[in-house]
Amino acid sequence: MNKMPKWADVALIPAINLLLALAVSALVIAYIGENPVQAMKIMIKGAVGSAYGWGYTLYYATNFIFTGLAVAVAFHARLFNIGGEGQAMLGGLGVALVCLALPWPHWTLALPAAVVGGALFGAAWAAIPAYLQAKRGSHIVITTIMFNFIASALLVYLLNNVLKVPGSMAPETPRFIEGARLPTAYDFGAWLGFTRSAPLNVAFFVALACCVGVWFLIWRTRLGYEIRAFGQSEPAAVYAGIQPVKITVIAMLISGGLAGLMGVNAVQGEAERLIIDSVQGAGFVGIAVALMGRSHPVGVLIAAVLFGALYQGGAELEFEIPAISREMIVVIQALVILFTGALDNMVRAPVARLFSGFGKGAA
Amino acid sequence: MDLNTILQLLDSSLRLATPLLFACLAGLFSERAGIFDIGLEGKMLAAAFFSAAAAAVSGSAWVGLAAGCTASLLLAALHGVASITFRGNQLISGVAINFLAVGLTVLIGQNWFKLGGRTPPLQGDARFQNIDLPLASTIESVPILGPLYSEVLSGHSILVYVGLLSVLGSWYVLFRTRFGLRLRAVGENPGAVDTAGVSVVGLRYSAVLICGMLCGLAGTYLATGLSAGFVKDMSAGRGFIALAALIFAKWRPWSALGACLLFGLLEALGNRFQTFELAGVTMPTQLMQALPYILTVVILAGFVGKAIPPRAGGEPYVKER
Repeated sequence: MNKMPKWADVALIPAINLLLALAVSALVIAYIGENPVQAMKIMIKGAVGSAYGWGYTLYYATNFIFTGLAVAVAFHARLFNIGGEGQAMLGGLGVALVCLALPWPHWTLALPAAVVGGALFGAAWAAIPAYLQAKRGSHIVITTIMFNFIASALLVYLLNNVLKVPGSMAPETPRFIEGARLPTAYDFGAWLGFTRSAPLNVAFFVALACCVGVWFLIWRTRLGYEIRAFGQSEPAAVYAGIQPVKITVIAMLISGGLAGLMGVNAVQGEAERLIIDSVQGAGFVGIAVALMGRSHPVGVLIAAVLFGALYQGGAELEFEIPAISREMIVVIQALVILFTGALDNMVRAPVARLFSGFGKGAA
Repeated sequence: MDLNTILQLLDSSLRLATPLLFACLAGLFSERAGIFDIGLEGKMLAAAFFSAAAAAVSGSAWVGLAAGCTASLLLAALHGVASITFRGNQLISGVAINFLAVGLTVLIGQNWFKLGGRTPPLQGDARFQNIDLPLASTIESVPILGPLYSEVLSGHSILVYVGLLSVLGSWYVLFRTRFGLRLRAVGENPGAVDTAGVSVVGLRYSAVLICGMLCGLAGTYLATGLSAGFVKDMSAGRGFIALAALIFAKWRPWSALGACLLFGLLEALGNRFQTFELAGVTMPTQLMQALPYILTVVILAGFVGKAIPPRAGGEPYVKER
């Protein structure tokens, strides 16, 4: 196949894919009998038109950065980690246990501990599928799906029987103490117009740090090189002395750990206690985010903010036009996954032909 | 546990196993032809919604069946276009289809019926009625076999029996016909099939469409047999349990029946007993719910016999040029 310029690969094709997904979404909205242009306006205004909107958009984006990076790291090793949902649930459990364990005096101490707790629990939940893939060849997609269901059963059990406030009916842990409370956007960004209601919190900066960290890991370290080499061609990697078992396990541990960090944002930052459904499908959004972002941290960041805006805008949309329910977001998300992931070649082949046509014309 | 309880448990096991069985056989055809399908769940959900919607409007369960299967077939065709024609990633396509079904069913349901994503409850002929097998009341008095026949096997909707017959049908088609041989070959070594002058694309499309048809039956049974109408997310992970059953059965039709009945029994037990005592230890109900998934991981790990998937599964076929 003819080579096309790099900008076409990283920007043009995802843009076309996204436009196709939005076009089909517009058709769905039109079918319901609403005006797609007006719906789009409400979504954009609701998501990024005010400090209030940004407070939610960036909060959602923080979740999606973590889960998107998780999927992206695994993609580099050509592993499809579909278990971000379960790993994030367990990460939330780790964060909650850390926050409940000690009488934290200040968040600057509680945050690093929660980061470790979330990452460890998330990584641990990815460890068994990783080991089984590496050592016994059990397909990681199936095992991670199974682990999502096992995680949700485990969490329901723990919250109902072990961690629940005694005497309370609600399956949730006690509220974390004041010393474990993370500063929200109101605390550090009131001058930008953020109000008390904004769920955005310092975990956003942890997510940004993770973007830098993943970039450094994948493109600037030996381990990252080994992960990429393994993903590009396993036989070549083995020939170069790279151990498949080690890379598979390490890549999955990092992936699970990143997904687990989502708990810092959702559990410690927002809910301030562990509830049954703290992940709310963010693990699956991570797949769409990683696909759109071409598994690059910058791409993941942009795609995560886009999906964050989609979530916040979708909530506003439901408020303004009740006929368009929250499920519209799920439909858009599905279409993005479909066009950027599964139907990628549908766009790629004609674009590549177009570029090779131009090339011949010039020569 | 007295005999009556056991009979009731077996009876509901069979009912709960039926949607799993259809979906499991659907996955069997697709995966035997080398197309991974984690979109069973989505196809089932779409079929459940459209069958319930059509049955509610027309008042006929058969119209519902046709609508459910059509919806499921359309999604199956989408999966085929993505993974066969455009050689996309089959897993990602499956994920997309699952989400598409979750979103569209509620969105369209709300638009059509304004009941918060539900369909109106189905009554009378809009549901598949339970039918008594011949002689059910005559041999009821025969010890053991009598109650087993009249209480457990008899008195289900027609789709349950279609499900049981589908096992036989799938076995026959896959292992006793030329089409089945070719279909299995295309999942192991598509190059060889192509060399023999048989269309890989054609075989894979037919497998994917058979899969869509069976998922349509699974979803229709869910909404018009097991329940009386559609509610949001009513497939509740059954597509994934069916996938688990498929691996548990090592991609064989008769074992699939066994695996689905086992998982159906687990669900029936979980529904009936909130807690479950085993050797003095109280088993939480969540453990029962998670058991199919745990068992699948154990099977996949190869500790209880090895589950080897079709060799060319998940790989798009590229003809050499």
